[in-house]
Amino acid sequence: MEIDVEQYKKDLLAQGAEVVFSKTKNLTDTPFSYCGGCGHGVAHRLIMEVIEEMGITDKTIGVAPVGCAVIAYEFWNIDAVQAAHGRASAVATGIKRTNPEKFVFAYQGDGDLAAIGTAETVHTCNRGENIAIFFINNGIYGMTGGQMAPTSLIGMPSSTAPYGRNPDMHGYPLSLTNLLAQLPGTYYITRQAVNTAANVRKCKKAIRQAFENQKLKKGVSLVEIVTNCNSGWKMTARQANKWLEENMLSQYPLGDIKVPKTDN
Amino acid sequence: MAKIKGFVEFSIEQCKGCELCIEACPFDVLEMSHQVNGKGYTYPLMKHPEQCTGCTSCALVCPDVVITVYKVPTKK
Repeated sequence: MEIDVEQYKKDLLAQGAEVVFSKTKNLTDTPFSYCGGCGHGVAHRLIMEVIEEMGITDKTIGVAPVGCAVIAYEFWNIDAVQAAHGRASAVATGIKRTNPEKFVFAYQGDGDLAAIGTAETVHTCNRGENIAIFFINNGIYGMTGGQMAPTSLIGMPSSTAPYGRNPDMHGYPLSLTNLLAQLPGTYYITRQAVNTAANVRKCKKAIRQAFENQKLKKGVSLVEIVTNCNSGWKMTARQANKWLEENMLSQYPLGDIKVPKTDN
Repeated sequence: MAKIKGFVEFSIEQCKGCELCIEACPFDVLEMSHQVNGKGYTYPLMKHPEQCTGCTSCALVCPDVVITVYKVPTKK
């Protein structure tokens, strides 16, 4: 039996249906420039929702990276700066030191944070700046056409390693998040994903924690978000999320890597 | 116990047809349209609206934030 959808919606509205989920005001009406199915959109939404829920929209400054998210400030309805390639955490350091009462975050991809900006990232974490870093790891340089990144998996084909990543020639996947967890300047380090609704909920909690930690002034909070790049991986969005679950998550297991010690 | 009821609305023109909402829906409510939007993508529709509970799973995974979820509040 076919149900008239429009009539069904009207009936439910008459029964008092309320909006339980809608687009946050911290995202502009500009449509995302990302490919259909890209995890950047979910990451943007989660960060903006957390900022709205904490009521810190006027007190937050974001730093956009170079990469697919280079024009992220077009989508965020908050103050934002766009930094040179890999230098988002250094720019965020400057903003936080001059405006210590503001909430500052750097939003970076894996080519930005783990390749070109390795030095800046390591030293920002080593100095223990009170910023949040959101690290979007899709194992590839998405914007420039799917070149191999330091985070690419062994055997993973890309446009600069068409036969797959060969460790003899290209080295091993770099898990910078695990390395940074050993630095005393980092306070909270976790790895999350946005491929399923359950993971999205966990990821949002981690992002919230990263912003809450800034009030404590204890050091860097870094949330790595493992996501897909369906265009770079040459898959549909659904295939990419399946591939992510089967391959990426064994190399980059989800969960907290460094959690603050509670004083009990 | 009365069934929880809800429905979803899509900003069809913003949709890029990635189909992640269809995979995320635990109740098989959605299907892709046979028409395309202004960008040339197919978009999701409610195939079985009576099965929707307003759980927001589809909206949580939607990368382009095109989904608005409505739910009838349960009486306490």
